[in-house]
Amino acid sequence: MKTLKNILLPVILLLFSGGFAGAQCKAFAKKECLPNLAGYTHDGNYHAAVLVEGEEAELYKTFYSDMNYRVSIVGDSKLPDIEFRVLDSNKNVLYTNKDKNYSSTWDFKLESSQQLKFLIKVPSATRSGQQPSSGCVAIMFGFRLKK
Amino acid sequence: MTRQFRISSGIGIGIVFILGIILFTCCKGGRKAPEVNLELDIRDKEAVIQDIKQAEKIFQALPSPLESAMLIKSAGARFEEKLLNPVSNVNKYVTNKSMALNLGIYTCDLSFASLYEQTQLLIDYMNAAKKMADGLGILKAIEQKDIDRLEENINNSEVIMDIVSQTFMNSNSYLEDNGQPATAAMVLTGGWIEGLYISTQLVDMNDFDGNKLVGRIIDQKLSVDILLRLLSGSKGTAAVDELMVEVEKLKNVFDKIRLDTSPVRPEYDPDSRSTVLKSETRTDMTPAVFLELSAVVKEIRNSFVI
Repeated sequence: MKTLKNILLPVILLLFSGGFAGAQCKAFAKKECLPNLAGYTHDGNYHAAVLVEGEEAELYKTFYSDMNYRVSIVGDSKLPDIEFRVLDSNKNVLYTNKDKNYSSTWDFKLESSQQLKFLIKVPSATRSGQQPSSGCVAIMFGFRLKK
Repeated sequence: MTRQFRISSGIGIGIVFILGIILFTCCKGGRKAPEVNLELDIRDKEAVIQDIKQAEKIFQALPSPLESAMLIKSAGARFEEKLLNPVSNVNKYVTNKSMALNLGIYTCDLSFASLYEQTQLLIDYMNAAKKMADGLGILKAIEQKDIDRLEENINNSEVIMDIVSQTFMNSNSYLEDNGQPATAAMVLTGGWIEGLYISTQLVDMNDFDGNKLVGRIIDQKLSVDILLRLLSGSKGTAAVDELMVEVEKLKNVFDKIRLDTSPVRPEYDPDSRSTVLKSETRTDMTPAVFLELSAVVKEIRNSFVI
């Protein structure tokens, strides 16, 4: 019976950790990422995931020439500063926050509508032998009409 | 002994089943699953692994219903209530698919109504969206307090947009976080198709050339592949497979539209403290292709709201 408990408990914990982590990410996104969009209207979309140091995420989205945009990309405090790059459809790098002291926001506007790719990376800051950190990373977009 | 064995094997099967679910859910969606040829030597393997290294999570972001409605308004389009899905249809939707699609549709309609200050319609459509969200079991997506707050701030467009945005986020985050990406994708599909339907219906064919709304419709060509990739993440779900067939029809028409963009040149604008992505676009859509697109969109949208 004890053996059974030893096997089932981690399995059950594993099963529920996904949903729990998800709920945590939503709260994190609302608290830490959304306020950065002040002055813009959040589009209502939700993009968040638990990432481990060294992992990457990609996001594809169309942006329109009528709008001013702000992107907010924030990682859990347990993680190193989040690095992100923005690429056009020809894979040209248009922006990297590495040059801006890992700023968590970027304001931009477009002369013509484009599909852009956001490449989000959690740099690896863990020394060998240490357990890499993991935590939520949230990506949110705000817009406002061009004046 | 036999009984003990049966119980143990039942537990064993249960554990295998649970582990199977874990393995299945871990490897679904945007998670990477590198496949390496076992016959390659170690150096080659490393090179291949580097080459095929993919992002751990891939997000396909469609314009939200609020953004779609804003694009329609910014193009100078007028408001037409008859284009919205009547709230009286709300009781027709009983399947997961129809409720998900119409949650997106009603959210787009309420966004459209809010931007044109159609206050009573806005509340009616928020109630319709609430009914869809409740039907899908999305807890606390749209609460009575949100509707009360909407009524209290009916003349404050900023607060209204904030409520619309928050309630939509509550819905899609709940679905994503509770392992229902297929339903989340269907909600987004409904909203995007409704935006496209309203836009195409509002185009005045006597004012086709240089029409800003037509330009916004052409821009949606950029999102149709995103939509297909979003849906393909839940391929194998019958409702999603059906939708993919419909969206493919739409893609076939979008493929007839020319949309060429010059290389993008980023320039920092100190006045607005933002980066301007400079580029030129050449587009071409004939009235005949537009009418074909409009007909396909109408057919798909009407199949959602029946």
